[in-house]
Amino acid sequence: MSEADRRQQALVDEFAFLDDWMLRFQQVIEHGEAMEPLDGALKTDDRLVRGCQSRVWLDAGSEAGTFHVRADSDSQLVRGLASLLVRVYDGLPAEEAASAELWFPSEIGLDEHLSPNRANGLDAMRRAIQSAAGGAV
Amino acid sequence: MSEAVAFDVERLRADFPILQRTVYDGTPLVYLDNAATTQKPRAVLDRLAAYYANENANVHRGVHFLSAEGTENYETARRSVQRFLGAAHAHEVVFTRGTTEAINLVAHGFASRLREGDEVVVSALEHHANIVPWQMACERSGATLRVIPALDSGDLDLHRLGDVISTRTRLVAVTHTSNALGTVNDLRPIVEAARAVDAAVLIDGAQAAPHAPVDVQALGADFFVFSGHKTFGPTGIGALWGREAWLEALPPYQGGGDMIDRVTFERTTYAGLPAKFEAGTPHVAGGIGLGTALDYLMEIGMDAVAAYEDGLIAYAEERLAEVDGLRFIGTPQRRAGAISFLLDGIHPYDAGTVLDRLGIAVRTGQHCAQPVMDRFGIDGTIRASFAFYNTRADVDALVDGLAKVQALFG
Repeated sequence: MSEADRRQQALVDEFAFLDDWMLRFQQVIEHGEAMEPLDGALKTDDRLVRGCQSRVWLDAGSEAGTFHVRADSDSQLVRGLASLLVRVYDGLPAEEAASAELWFPSEIGLDEHLSPNRANGLDAMRRAIQSAAGGAV
Repeated sequence: MSEAVAFDVERLRADFPILQRTVYDGTPLVYLDNAATTQKPRAVLDRLAAYYANENANVHRGVHFLSAEGTENYETARRSVQRFLGAAHAHEVVFTRGTTEAINLVAHGFASRLREGDEVVVSALEHHANIVPWQMACERSGATLRVIPALDSGDLDLHRLGDVISTRTRLVAVTHTSNALGTVNDLRPIVEAARAVDAAVLIDGAQAAPHAPVDVQALGADFFVFSGHKTFGPTGIGALWGREAWLEALPPYQGGGDMIDRVTFERTTYAGLPAKFEAGTPHVAGGIGLGTALDYLMEIGMDAVAAYEDGLIAYAEERLAEVDGLRFIGTPQRRAGAISFLLDGIHPYDAGTVLDRLGIAVRTGQHCAQPVMDRFGIDGTIRASFAFYNTRADVDALVDGLAKVQALFG
């Protein structure tokens, strides 16, 4: 199992006990609250993810072949979703981050956020992260 | 007869199959996104099916039975639009794809008449469809776009009309009802100010037509536009009403079949109204479906619809005002259809997502009216928008849902 898959499986295991959507939303929000906020100076237009109804900033880059990503949003829910992506992608080898398949959202019932007409753009965040990782390879 | 007996909302709800459906895991649907699009009564659904099953043919061309019948049905629908708007003539009604195309049609025609130094006036409450076509017309012609400002209440600042409308004004394009805030504009002083300087007036009726009677002649405007899908009809169809003299004066919008009189490679002459503006095969099913939707509304009676909705909106304002931490965006003197608000410390998207899981469909964001959001210094709102088939129980469900939103994000 790849590191990305191992991390996603850990998220799936964590959410498996939460059988009610309100509890899952609560858990997503708590993940967002636990994530360190992005420094205000980094919340620049060039870090905004296009295609999100709320504002989402991604700060991504690589160092010595390791990919790093941090995120923030003005929506608590989207910040929570972004924090889950950060948990999956941050610290992966850049090559793995660029190509890792994202499967945990459908496993934990957040798949509707991957739908193209959902304005929060979980998929837009994934694409932005993978594009940054690809650029860093 | 009491109003409650006269307006039997439960009987009317039964006309709308989609209102009986559930979402997610059996959650009843509470549909409060009517400003985006309205649901369709069975009469419209059946009419569309009957058209395609039994009547499908191209109109205005064939000599055969189906074509003649289709032409008659399409023109009957045009007369329904004429009656719905109180227009003097059916040929003043042009079928378009919707409000946006209708505005673009007029703006395209006006661009050829505008000169540098001329001005086009819009209001601060417009949605993008009544801003961008005029910006494009101004860019092409060298004219300038000017804006009637809005007050904090969400009403237009009519005291400033004299600063904005001048002898340089050639056209005033203003919404009847704001899609973002629900403000019903007082059009009389705007029309009078435009008349005083011989400027044409276009009324964007997209958010007004579903909620109250329209009388384009009493409005005194030159153009009125609305969308089929916001008046319980099909998508992809709408109408432009224009005064005959204006429609005669404007150039055609698109070239092609049905809008021509005679074509040679040297020169083409154009058909009369309304064909001059209806190039190509029209949306026949859509037109007929729109006619059916408007007939349905006229049978209920738009006065009855307006009276019922006024009571419903007042109830919604009262219940929402009870929610701690709720801030109305816009508290206009007259409101129809929509209520916009924010919850302290909660992003509209977060609220909308949780309401959605509770089966409550609202709209969040900018509502295609970014300048309105800029005016209020916000990124977006939560908008609940109503139709005559909504009930006080829908309002109660929304208020209960907002409490759950606050519990989750508070």
